[in-house]
Amino acid sequence: MRCRSCRGPAVIEVPRHHAAFCDDHFLAMFRGQVEKAIRRFEMVRPGDRVLVAVSGGKDSLALWDVLLGLGVDATGLYLGLGIGDYSDRSHDVARAFADRAGARLLAVDLRRDLGYDIPTAGRRGSRSTCAVCGLSKRYVFNRAALEGGFDVVATGHNLDDEAATLLGNTLRWQTDAIARRSPALPARDGMVKKVKPLHRLSELETAAYAFLRGIDYVVEECPLVAGNTQLRYKETMNAIERTSPGTKAQFYLGYLERGMDLFRSEDRAELRACASCGQPTTGRFCAFCRARAQILGERLQGADDLSDREVADELADEVLPLELSDRATR
Amino acid sequence: MRVTLRNPDREVTTGGGRTVSAVLDELGIPVETVLVIRAGELITRETRLRDDDELEIRPVISGGAR
Repeated sequence: MRCRSCRGPAVIEVPRHHAAFCDDHFLAMFRGQVEKAIRRFEMVRPGDRVLVAVSGGKDSLALWDVLLGLGVDATGLYLGLGIGDYSDRSHDVARAFADRAGARLLAVDLRRDLGYDIPTAGRRGSRSTCAVCGLSKRYVFNRAALEGGFDVVATGHNLDDEAATLLGNTLRWQTDAIARRSPALPARDGMVKKVKPLHRLSELETAAYAFLRGIDYVVEECPLVAGNTQLRYKETMNAIERTSPGTKAQFYLGYLERGMDLFRSEDRAELRACASCGQPTTGRFCAFCRARAQILGERLQGADDLSDREVADELADEVLPLELSDRATR
Repeated sequence: MRVTLRNPDREVTTGGGRTVSAVLDELGIPVETVLVIRAGELITRETRLRDDDELEIRPVISGGAR
Protein backbone atom coordinates (compact mmCIF):
# COMPACT_ATOMS: atom_id res chain seq x y z
CA MET A 1 0.00 0.00 0.00
CA ARG A 2 1.46 3.35 -1.09
CA CYS A 3 1.07 6.91 0.11
CA ARG A 4 -1.31 8.89 -2.08
CA SER A 5 0.99 11.90 -2.00
CA CYS A 6 4.54 10.56 -2.35
CA ARG A 7 4.08 6.87 -3.29
CA GLY A 8 6.26 5.86 -0.32
CA PRO A 9 5.20 3.04 2.04
CA ALA A 10 1.87 3.86 3.70
CA VAL A 11 1.31 3.55 7.45
CA ILE A 12 -2.42 4.24 7.50
CA GLU A 13 -5.35 3.76 5.19
CA VAL A 14 -8.31 6.16 5.17
CA PRO A 15 -11.07 4.23 3.38
CA ARG A 16 -13.49 7.16 3.09
CA HIS A 17 -10.84 9.03 1.09
CA HIS A 18 -9.99 5.82 -0.82
CA ALA A 19 -6.42 6.67 0.09
CA ALA A 20 -3.45 5.69 2.20
CA PHE A 21 -0.71 7.92 3.58
CA CYS A 22 2.86 7.79 4.85
CA ASP A 23 3.36 9.30 8.29
CA ASP A 24 4.44 12.77 7.09
CA HIS A 25 1.62 13.14 4.58
CA PHE A 26 -0.93 11.74 7.01
CA LEU A 27 0.04 14.33 9.60
CA ALA A 28 -0.15 17.06 6.95
CA MET A 29 -3.60 15.84 5.84
CA PHE A 30 -4.77 15.76 9.46
CA ARG A 31 -3.63 19.32 10.16
CA GLY A 32 -5.18 20.43 6.89
CA GLN A 33 -8.55 19.00 7.90
CA VAL A 34 -8.40 20.83 11.23
CA GLU A 35 -7.47 24.10 9.52
CA LYS A 36 -10.33 23.61 7.08
CA ALA A 37 -12.78 23.08 9.94
CA ILE A 38 -11.53 26.16 11.78
CA ARG A 39 -11.80 28.32 8.65
CA ARG A 40 -15.16 26.99 7.48
CA PHE A 41 -16.86 27.64 10.83
CA GLU A 42 -14.72 30.58 11.97
CA MET A 43 -13.94 28.61 15.10
CA VAL A 44 -10.95 30.61 16.31
CA ARG A 45 -10.16 34.22 15.49
CA PRO A 46 -6.71 35.78 15.75
CA GLY A 47 -6.00 36.64 19.39
CA ASP A 48 -8.65 34.31 20.81
CA ARG A 49 -7.81 32.54 24.06
CA VAL A 50 -8.90 28.93 23.71
CA LEU A 51 -9.62 26.54 26.57
CA VAL A 52 -9.14 22.94 25.46
CA ALA A 53 -11.10 20.29 27.35
CA VAL A 54 -8.40 17.69 28.04
CA SER A 55 -9.30 14.19 29.20
CA GLY A 56 -5.94 12.50 28.62
CA GLY A 57 -7.39 10.49 25.73
CA LYS A 58 -6.24 10.50 22.12
CA ASP A 59 -8.76 13.03 20.83
CA SER A 60 -8.26 15.85 23.30
CA LEU A 61 -4.48 15.54 23.28
CA ALA A 62 -4.37 15.37 19.49
CA LEU A 63 -6.55 18.48 19.37
CA TRP A 64 -4.38 20.35 21.85
CA ASP A 65 -1.25 19.34 19.92
CA VAL A 66 -2.65 20.52 16.58
CA LEU A 67 -3.91 23.82 17.98
CA LEU A 68 -0.55 24.56 19.58
CA GLY A 69 1.13 23.67 16.29
CA LEU A 70 -1.11 26.14 14.49
CA GLY A 71 -0.01 28.86 16.90
CA VAL A 72 -3.31 29.05 18.75
CA ASP A 73 -3.22 30.36 22.35
CA ALA A 74 -4.52 27.08 23.79
CA THR A 75 -4.70 26.31 27.53
CA GLY A 76 -5.77 22.86 28.71
CA LEU A 77 -8.37 22.17 31.37
CA TYR A 78 -8.44 18.76 33.00
CA LEU A 79 -11.52 17.76 34.96
CA GLY A 80 -10.86 15.17 37.66
CA LEU A 81 -13.82 12.78 37.66
CA GLY A 82 -12.71 10.69 40.66
CA ILE A 83 -12.76 7.39 38.76
CA GLY A 84 -9.89 5.78 40.71
CA ASP A 85 -6.71 4.79 38.88
CA TYR A 86 -8.27 5.72 35.55
CA SER A 87 -8.58 9.37 36.57
CA ASP A 88 -5.14 9.41 38.19
CA ARG A 89 -3.53 8.07 35.04
CA SER A 90 -5.52 10.51 32.87
CA HIS A 91 -4.33 13.49 34.90
CA ASP A 92 -0.72 12.25 34.79
CA VAL A 93 -0.86 11.93 31.03
CA ALA A 94 -2.35 15.41 30.61
CA ARG A 95 0.34 16.90 32.85
CA ALA A 96 3.09 15.08 30.97
CA PHE A 97 1.78 16.41 27.66
CA ALA A 98 1.60 19.96 29.01
CA ASP A 99 5.17 19.71 30.29
CA ARG A 100 6.45 18.41 26.99
CA ALA A 101 4.57 21.00 24.97
CA GLY A 102 5.36 23.87 27.33
CA ALA A 103 1.63 24.53 27.61
CA ARG A 104 -0.49 25.60 30.55
CA LEU A 105 -2.82 23.05 32.15
CA LEU A 106 -5.58 24.01 34.56
CA ALA A 107 -7.43 21.47 36.67
CA VAL A 108 -10.80 21.20 38.38
CA ASP A 109 -11.54 18.28 40.65
CA LEU A 110 -15.20 17.33 40.95
CA ARG A 111 -14.86 15.89 44.43
CA ARG A 112 -12.74 18.71 45.82
CA ASP A 113 -14.44 21.62 44.09
CA LEU A 114 -18.04 20.53 43.63
CA GLY A 115 -18.54 17.90 46.30
CA TYR A 116 -19.05 14.66 44.38
CA ASP A 117 -17.33 12.28 42.00
CA ILE A 118 -18.71 10.43 39.02
CA PRO A 119 -18.97 6.95 40.60
CA THR A 120 -20.98 8.48 43.46
CA ALA A 121 -23.12 10.44 41.03
CA GLY A 122 -23.86 7.26 39.08
CA ARG A 123 -25.04 5.49 42.21
CA ARG A 124 -27.06 8.30 43.75
CA GLY A 125 -28.52 10.35 40.91
CA SER A 126 -31.38 9.53 38.57
CA ARG A 127 -29.22 10.08 35.48
CA SER A 128 -26.93 7.46 33.96
CA THR A 129 -23.26 7.72 34.85
CA CYS A 130 -22.37 8.92 31.35
CA ALA A 131 -25.19 11.49 31.37
CA VAL A 132 -24.13 13.08 34.64
CA CYS A 133 -20.49 12.95 33.55
CA GLY A 134 -21.32 14.81 30.31
CA LEU A 135 -23.46 17.30 32.20
CA SER A 136 -20.65 17.95 34.68
CA LYS A 137 -18.12 18.45 31.91
CA ARG A 138 -20.28 20.89 29.95
CA TYR A 139 -21.00 22.88 33.10
CA VAL A 140 -17.43 23.03 34.37
CA PHE A 141 -15.86 23.84 31.00
CA ASN A 142 -18.33 26.64 30.29
CA ARG A 143 -18.01 28.16 33.71
CA ALA A 144 -14.23 27.86 33.84
CA ALA A 145 -13.97 29.51 30.43
CA LEU A 146 -16.19 32.41 31.45
CA GLU A 147 -14.44 32.92 34.77
CA GLY A 148 -11.00 32.57 33.18
CA GLY A 149 -11.73 35.04 30.38
CA PHE A 150 -11.42 32.50 27.58
CA ASP A 151 -13.11 33.21 24.25
CA VAL A 152 -13.64 29.65 23.10
CA VAL A 153 -13.95 26.13 24.54
CA ALA A 154 -12.56 23.48 22.17
CA THR A 155 -13.41 19.81 22.60
CA GLY A 156 -11.97 16.73 20.90
CA HIS A 157 -15.21 15.38 19.43
CA ASN A 158 -14.39 13.53 16.23
CA LEU A 159 -16.41 12.46 13.20
CA ASP A 160 -17.42 9.17 14.84
CA ASP A 161 -18.66 10.98 17.94
CA GLU A 162 -20.69 13.47 15.95
CA ALA A 163 -22.15 10.92 13.53
CA ALA A 164 -23.15 8.63 16.42
CA THR A 165 -24.78 11.49 18.34
CA LEU A 166 -26.63 12.72 15.26
CA LEU A 167 -27.82 9.16 14.63
CA GLY A 168 -29.14 8.93 18.20
CA ASN A 169 -30.86 12.33 17.93
CA THR A 170 -32.40 11.38 14.59
CA LEU A 171 -33.67 8.00 15.77
CA ARG A 172 -35.59 9.86 18.47
CA TRP A 173 -36.38 12.92 16.31
CA GLN A 174 -34.92 15.20 18.94
CA THR A 175 -35.23 18.21 16.66
CA ASP A 176 -33.93 20.72 19.20
CA ALA A 177 -30.79 18.62 19.69
CA ILE A 178 -30.42 18.09 15.95
CA ALA A 179 -30.49 21.86 15.50
CA ARG A 180 -27.50 22.20 17.83
CA ARG A 181 -25.20 19.66 16.19
CA SER A 182 -23.06 22.32 14.55
CA PRO A 183 -19.34 21.98 15.36
CA ALA A 184 -19.28 25.68 16.27
CA LEU A 185 -21.89 27.05 18.65
CA PRO A 186 -21.62 30.82 19.06
CA ALA A 187 -21.43 32.50 22.45
CA ARG A 188 -24.80 33.55 23.86
CA ASP A 189 -26.40 34.45 27.19
CA GLY A 190 -23.63 33.21 29.47
CA MET A 191 -22.59 30.39 27.16
CA VAL A 192 -19.06 30.62 25.86
CA LYS A 193 -18.42 29.73 22.21
CA LYS A 194 -17.96 25.94 21.75
CA VAL A 195 -16.02 24.39 18.87
CA LYS A 196 -15.13 20.90 17.68
CA PRO A 197 -12.19 21.25 15.28
CA LEU A 198 -11.74 17.45 14.85
CA HIS A 199 -15.24 16.87 13.50
CA ARG A 200 -13.95 16.06 10.01
CA LEU A 201 -11.58 13.34 11.29
CA SER A 202 -12.42 9.79 12.33
CA GLU A 203 -11.50 8.13 15.57
CA LEU A 204 -8.95 5.98 13.72
CA GLU A 205 -7.35 9.13 12.36
CA THR A 206 -7.12 10.89 15.73
CA ALA A 207 -5.58 7.76 17.27
CA ALA A 208 -3.09 7.49 14.40
CA TYR A 209 -2.21 11.17 14.73
CA ALA A 210 -1.56 10.82 18.47
CA PHE A 211 0.53 7.70 17.91
CA LEU A 212 2.59 9.19 15.08
CA ARG A 213 3.20 12.36 17.08
CA GLY A 214 4.52 10.26 19.97
CA ILE A 215 1.77 11.44 22.30
CA ASP A 216 1.31 9.21 25.33
CA TYR A 217 -2.43 8.98 25.83
CA VAL A 218 -4.76 6.85 27.93
CA VAL A 219 -5.63 3.85 25.79
CA GLU A 220 -7.80 2.27 28.46
CA GLU A 221 -11.51 2.91 28.19
CA CYS A 222 -13.36 4.50 31.07
CA PRO A 223 -14.32 1.58 33.37
CA LEU A 224 -17.83 2.99 33.77
CA VAL A 225 -18.67 3.17 30.08
CA ALA A 226 -19.74 -0.46 29.44
CA GLY A 227 -23.09 -0.69 27.66
CA ASN A 228 -23.05 2.99 26.80
CA THR A 229 -25.61 3.95 24.12
CA GLN A 230 -23.09 6.07 22.23
CA LEU A 231 -20.87 3.01 21.78
CA ARG A 232 -23.76 1.04 20.32
CA TYR A 233 -24.46 3.79 17.81
CA LYS A 234 -20.78 3.88 16.88
CA GLU A 235 -20.79 0.13 16.29
CA THR A 236 -23.87 0.52 14.10
CA MET A 237 -22.25 3.28 12.07
CA ASN A 238 -19.07 1.22 11.70
CA ALA A 239 -21.07 -1.77 10.48
CA ILE A 240 -22.57 0.40 7.72
CA GLU A 241 -19.19 1.98 6.99
CA ARG A 242 -17.65 -1.47 6.48
CA THR A 243 -19.76 -2.12 3.41
CA SER A 244 -20.23 1.51 2.35
CA PRO A 245 -17.07 3.49 3.15
CA GLY A 246 -17.78 7.18 3.50
CA THR A 247 -21.32 6.84 4.84
CA LYS A 248 -20.38 8.24 8.23
CA ALA A 249 -18.88 11.36 6.69
CA GLN A 250 -21.78 11.73 4.27
CA PHE A 251 -24.22 11.51 7.16
CA TYR A 252 -22.61 14.10 9.42
CA LEU A 253 -20.84 16.38 6.95
CA GLY A 254 -23.91 16.18 4.69
CA TYR A 255 -26.03 17.29 7.63
CA LEU A 256 -23.75 20.30 8.11
CA GLU A 257 -23.99 21.25 4.44
CA ARG A 258 -27.62 20.48 3.69
CA GLY A 259 -29.52 19.48 6.82
CA MET A 260 -28.57 21.86 9.60
CA ASP A 261 -30.43 24.88 8.24
CA LEU A 262 -33.64 22.86 8.02
CA PHE A 263 -33.66 22.47 11.81
CA ARG A 264 -32.50 25.94 12.79
CA SER A 265 -35.97 27.09 13.84
CA GLU A 266 -36.09 24.25 16.40
CA ASP A 267 -33.31 25.82 18.47
CA ARG A 268 -35.35 28.52 20.13
CA ALA A 269 -34.88 27.89 23.83
CA GLU A 270 -34.81 31.10 25.86
CA LEU A 271 -31.99 31.14 28.38
CA ARG A 272 -31.96 32.81 31.79
CA ALA A 273 -29.67 32.67 34.79
CA CYS A 274 -29.91 29.63 37.08
CA ALA A 275 -31.32 30.71 40.44
CA SER A 276 -28.52 28.79 42.13
CA CYS A 277 -25.29 29.32 40.23
CA GLY A 278 -26.11 31.98 37.64
CA GLN A 279 -25.17 29.78 34.69
CA PRO A 280 -27.55 29.83 31.72
CA THR A 281 -30.55 27.53 31.79
CA THR A 282 -34.02 27.24 30.34
CA GLY A 283 -35.61 26.65 33.77
CA ARG A 284 -35.40 28.05 37.26
CA PHE A 285 -32.40 25.92 38.19
CA CYS A 286 -29.88 24.56 35.72
CA ALA A 287 -29.64 20.82 35.11
CA PHE A 288 -26.25 20.74 36.79
CA CYS A 289 -27.48 22.25 40.05
CA ARG A 290 -30.51 19.99 40.07
CA ALA A 291 -28.38 16.91 39.46
CA ARG A 292 -25.81 17.95 42.03
CA ALA A 293 -28.42 18.58 44.70
CA GLN A 294 -29.91 15.17 44.00
CA ILE A 295 -26.52 13.47 44.19
CA LEU A 296 -25.69 15.18 47.48
CA GLY A 297 -29.23 14.78 48.79
CA GLU A 298 -29.36 18.48 49.52
CA ARG A 299 -31.17 21.77 49.31
CA LEU A 300 -32.89 21.92 45.95
CA GLN A 301 -35.36 19.32 47.21
CA GLY A 302 -36.82 22.09 49.33
CA ALA A 303 -36.89 24.61 46.53
CA ASP A 304 -40.68 24.60 46.39
CA ASP A 305 -40.83 25.88 49.95
CA LEU A 306 -38.28 28.64 49.45
CA SER A 307 -38.08 31.75 47.37
CA ASP A 308 -35.59 31.74 44.53
CA ARG A 309 -33.45 34.13 46.52
CA GLU A 310 -33.35 31.87 49.57
CA VAL A 311 -32.47 28.83 47.54
CA ALA A 312 -29.76 30.73 45.69
CA ASP A 313 -28.25 31.97 48.93
CA GLU A 314 -28.37 28.51 50.38
CA LEU A 315 -26.52 26.99 47.49
CA ALA A 316 -24.14 29.81 46.72
CA ASP A 317 -21.53 28.90 49.29
CA GLU A 318 -21.53 25.31 48.12
CA VAL A 319 -21.19 25.96 44.43
CA LEU A 320 -19.19 29.15 44.14
CA PRO A 321 -16.47 29.93 43.42
CA LEU A 322 -15.07 27.33 41.09
CA GLU A 323 -11.46 26.78 42.11
CA LEU A 324 -9.13 26.50 39.17
CA SER A 325 -5.79 25.13 40.12
CA ASP A 326 -3.08 26.18 37.80
CA ARG A 327 -0.49 23.45 37.91
CA ALA A 328 2.27 26.02 37.82
CA THR A 329 1.14 27.24 41.21
CA ARG A 330 0.56 23.91 42.91
CA MET B 1 3.62 -14.52 16.50
CA ARG B 2 2.75 -12.79 19.76
CA VAL B 3 -0.18 -10.37 19.69
CA THR B 4 -0.97 -7.96 22.51
CA LEU B 5 -4.59 -6.85 22.66
CA ARG B 6 -5.77 -3.90 24.70
CA ASN B 7 -8.97 -3.10 26.61
CA PRO B 8 -8.76 -5.46 28.33
CA ASP B 9 -5.02 -6.18 28.04
CA ARG B 10 -4.27 -9.76 27.03
CA GLU B 11 -1.93 -11.74 24.79
CA VAL B 12 -2.61 -14.33 22.14
CA THR B 13 -0.27 -16.35 19.96
CA THR B 14 -1.08 -16.96 16.33
CA GLY B 15 0.67 -17.86 13.10
CA GLY B 16 2.43 -15.43 10.76
CA GLY B 17 2.88 -15.79 6.99
CA ARG B 18 -0.30 -13.87 6.27
CA THR B 19 -1.62 -10.34 6.21
CA VAL B 20 -2.76 -8.10 9.04
CA SER B 21 -6.26 -8.34 7.59
CA ALA B 22 -6.26 -12.12 7.93
CA VAL B 23 -5.10 -11.96 11.54
CA LEU B 24 -7.77 -9.38 12.42
CA ASP B 25 -10.41 -11.54 10.72
CA GLU B 26 -9.32 -14.53 12.78
CA LEU B 27 -9.60 -12.46 15.95
CA GLY B 28 -12.96 -11.02 14.91
CA ILE B 29 -11.71 -7.43 14.98
CA PRO B 30 -12.95 -4.93 12.34
CA VAL B 31 -9.94 -3.31 10.71
CA GLU B 32 -11.24 0.25 11.06
CA THR B 33 -11.54 -0.04 14.84
CA VAL B 34 -7.87 -0.57 15.69
CA LEU B 35 -4.33 0.63 15.17
CA VAL B 36 -1.94 -2.20 14.40
CA ILE B 37 1.58 -1.55 15.67
CA ARG B 38 4.70 -3.57 14.91
CA ALA B 39 8.10 -2.63 16.29
CA GLY B 40 6.84 0.83 17.20
CA GLU B 41 5.40 1.56 13.76
CA LEU B 42 1.88 1.59 12.35
CA ILE B 43 1.23 -1.00 9.67
CA THR B 44 -1.65 -1.32 7.21
CA ARG B 45 -4.01 -4.22 6.66
CA GLU B 46 -2.09 -5.47 3.59
CA THR B 47 1.19 -5.81 5.48
CA ARG B 48 2.47 -9.39 5.49
CA LEU B 49 3.45 -10.70 8.89
CA ARG B 50 6.22 -13.05 9.99
CA ASP B 51 6.10 -15.72 12.68
CA ASP B 52 8.57 -13.81 14.83
CA ASP B 53 6.65 -10.51 14.68
CA GLU B 54 5.22 -8.97 17.81
CA LEU B 55 2.06 -6.93 17.32
CA GLU B 56 0.02 -4.57 19.43
CA ILE B 57 -3.62 -4.20 18.43
CA ARG B 58 -4.91 -1.00 19.96
CA PRO B 59 -8.62 -0.12 19.81
CA VAL B 60 -9.53 3.41 18.81
CA ILE B 61 -13.20 3.54 19.72
CA SER B 62 -14.04 5.44 22.86
CA GLY B 63 -17.45 5.98 24.34
CA GLY B 64 -19.04 7.76 27.22
CA ALA B 65 -19.51 11.43 27.88
CA ARG B 66 -17.30 13.84 25.99
